[in-house]
Amino acid sequence: MSKENVSSQEESQPDRRDFIKGASCAIGAAIGAVPMAAGVRVVLDPLSRQATAEGGAEFIRLADVSDLPESEPMKFAIVEDKTDKWSRYKDVPVGAVYLLKETGDSSADDAEAPVSVIAYNTVCPHLGCFVDYRKDEQDFFCPCHDSNFDLEGNLLKGVSPRAMDTLEVDEEKLKAGEIWVKFQRFKSNTKEKIAL
Amino acid sequence: MEHIKKLYDWLDNRTGIRSHIREVLFENVPGGSRWRYVWGSTLTFALMIQFITGIFLWMGYSPSGQTAWESVYYINNHMTGGHFLRGLHHWTAQVMTVLLVLHLMQVVIDGAYRAPREVNFWFGVILLKLTLALSLTGYLLPWDQKGYWATKVATDILGGTPLIGEQLKTLVLGGSDYGHHTLTRFFALHAGILPISVIALTAGHIYLFRRHGIHPKKPLKGPDEFFWPEQVLKDAVACLAVLVTVLVLHFSFNGAHLDAPADPSTNYPARPDWYFLFLFQFLKYFPGHWEVLGAIVLPGIAMTLIFLMPIIGKSEKGHKFNVGLLFGILIFAAVLTYAAVSADKKNESLQASKAQADREAELVKNMAANGIPPEGALALLQGPKLFAAHCASCHTYGGEDGLGRPVEKPSAPDLKGFASREYLTDLLHPDRFNSEKFFGNTAHAKKSKMQEFLEDEFGDIEEDDLLRKDMDKLVKAISAEAKLPAQVKADKADKADIEAGHELFEEIGCVDCHALGGWNADEYSAPDLTGYGSREWMMGIVHDPENERFYGSKNDRMPAFGRDEKLTRKQMERIVDWLRGE
Repeated sequence: MSKENVSSQEESQPDRRDFIKGASCAIGAAIGAVPMAAGVRVVLDPLSRQATAEGGAEFIRLADVSDLPESEPMKFAIVEDKTDKWSRYKDVPVGAVYLLKETGDSSADDAEAPVSVIAYNTVCPHLGCFVDYRKDEQDFFCPCHDSNFDLEGNLLKGVSPRAMDTLEVDEEKLKAGEIWVKFQRFKSNTKEKIAL
Repeated sequence: MEHIKKLYDWLDNRTGIRSHIREVLFENVPGGSRWRYVWGSTLTFALMIQFITGIFLWMGYSPSGQTAWESVYYINNHMTGGHFLRGLHHWTAQVMTVLLVLHLMQVVIDGAYRAPREVNFWFGVILLKLTLALSLTGYLLPWDQKGYWATKVATDILGGTPLIGEQLKTLVLGGSDYGHHTLTRFFALHAGILPISVIALTAGHIYLFRRHGIHPKKPLKGPDEFFWPEQVLKDAVACLAVLVTVLVLHFSFNGAHLDAPADPSTNYPARPDWYFLFLFQFLKYFPGHWEVLGAIVLPGIAMTLIFLMPIIGKSEKGHKFNVGLLFGILIFAAVLTYAAVSADKKNESLQASKAQADREAELVKNMAANGIPPEGALALLQGPKLFAAHCASCHTYGGEDGLGRPVEKPSAPDLKGFASREYLTDLLHPDRFNSEKFFGNTAHAKKSKMQEFLEDEFGDIEEDDLLRKDMDKLVKAISAEAKLPAQVKADKADKADIEAGHELFEEIGCVDCHALGGWNADEYSAPDLTGYGSREWMMGIVHDPENERFYGSKNDRMPAFGRDEKLTRKQMERIVDWLRGE
């Protein structure tokens, strides 16, 4: 059968052939779309889920004031219960904090010197690397993109958009000599500190 | 439109794509398009569904002894659309098996394997085997009871291969027994090696098919046509029918079944998927060392004969033999499948263990909704299983034995929701304390001071709102001792009521016998309610109910599981944690 025959056949029933072509394409597209859409829907599942930290973080006891050295940051691991997809873990490390104790001047009278404790999330506000404390330089240094911060958390130089992220310390408990910290994570690389 | 044409021209200029597409679309179909030519296309379509859904499932699957079932469960029961995705993959696999047989039948009946198409026929037979291997490996991946036990039979058959059987089995399992590497190996086969082989062979299959052209079924029905669009439409409609079939199966069977997690300690009727049932049934007729004959030799001979079909079929007689052979095998398989199914239907103990397996599957899925411990979902089931084995001869759990089986005559309190507010409200109701659900069938029922006390103090609870409020506070106070995970928030919120409950405990005279959080800490004569229902308290009473802290000498038949070493500490913890809903 030659091509001319086919095309003459085509010309004799143009409507029918157009319909067949259209129907073929439509059915083909539809049946291909079903498995594809089914898969994409599942992949998008995480977008419809809230972060698992429900109702905000709670204060966790990390140390006693007397455990901390003066004016020198000390690192503490945060150990919490964690849910990861189907798994429920008890007491696994989820992050770390630096605690820095500063004792104010005790004034002439015998009143106890005021103690302040600053807690930092150890994660760099720039892109989430673990920030080191350098004893010799007396600073915090991010080994990824070389931001460094003084012990008050202020950016000395580098690319971080904001100072180190401080965490809430329970003032009441602090008076009783205990350090309770609310561990939170923050959005990286923004000027404002936005809790996640 | 003009732009698209320009772009197409540009692309064609650089790739020559136009002539390729023409070649594909304007393949000559001798005698015109026909429905009987659609099978190959439907298989390609089914394969495409499997690749797409498979890769997406891959994104959620985690092959290891403690995560395979768990991740499949998570896809199936928690991810948006996961149930549908898994159903598509599962049911397309079933339909594909049928399509393979139909395709083979069409080829054999039409004699399409004859020269020069022998090699392509062999490609097809290998593809058939690869697809069956995909089904077999995929069956194990969810690591549930049915997959586990069925695959065990299959690998044991493999282990029976003469000479190299044991080594072969060890290699497939990745060790001497089922474990992590069995799953990683099966997964690598299922999602890597086998699909790549299928792609390569399918490409070859289609290339050779194009080289030889369609094998026309004589007599021709009309003038020749091009593949596009007449045959394409028929193919598309057939593929649509395949998809509709898959969807109907998915919705009428409610997706793909997921059994309870694989458990080597539970009897489970091992059955392969339906398309292997005939082989399974076949083995029943080969006792002992004859098994090799039924499992490997005879199927091997059948496979070899199928393989040789193009050569046997050179003559008209040979062709008839081939058709006869194929139908013979199919009818034989159908008869055996029927025999297997009807034997199972009649087997009551098998039906019972299947029903039990289904109940356990439901149970473990409900428990898994609150998160699965790192040891895996199987650990979740240990609590109720131990309860059924050691506690349910006296106690019940919601009227059942913990595994969903009814208990005929309980002789000790029901423990479902133990120490929760609902539980205590029920327990401390004067009409119910001595009912069968609680202490009715125990020695404590006869001369019960407790019953008298409840009637004196709370006899009018149904009419008296004040009494009900008091009871409510009392219940909250006692229940708070348990620190139940499900009640943490409620306990926190009702601090005032709990304190008031404590006061009431003293005021109305509970302290005359019981102790609670400092009240009557030394001279109690009934169980100490300090920490009542807490993990520590429950471990204590399971360890030794005759301890002074609990029933002392008044203990009624409850064994001292820990003291007398009837259960290990870990086992007691599993029961207690399960009862507390940890």
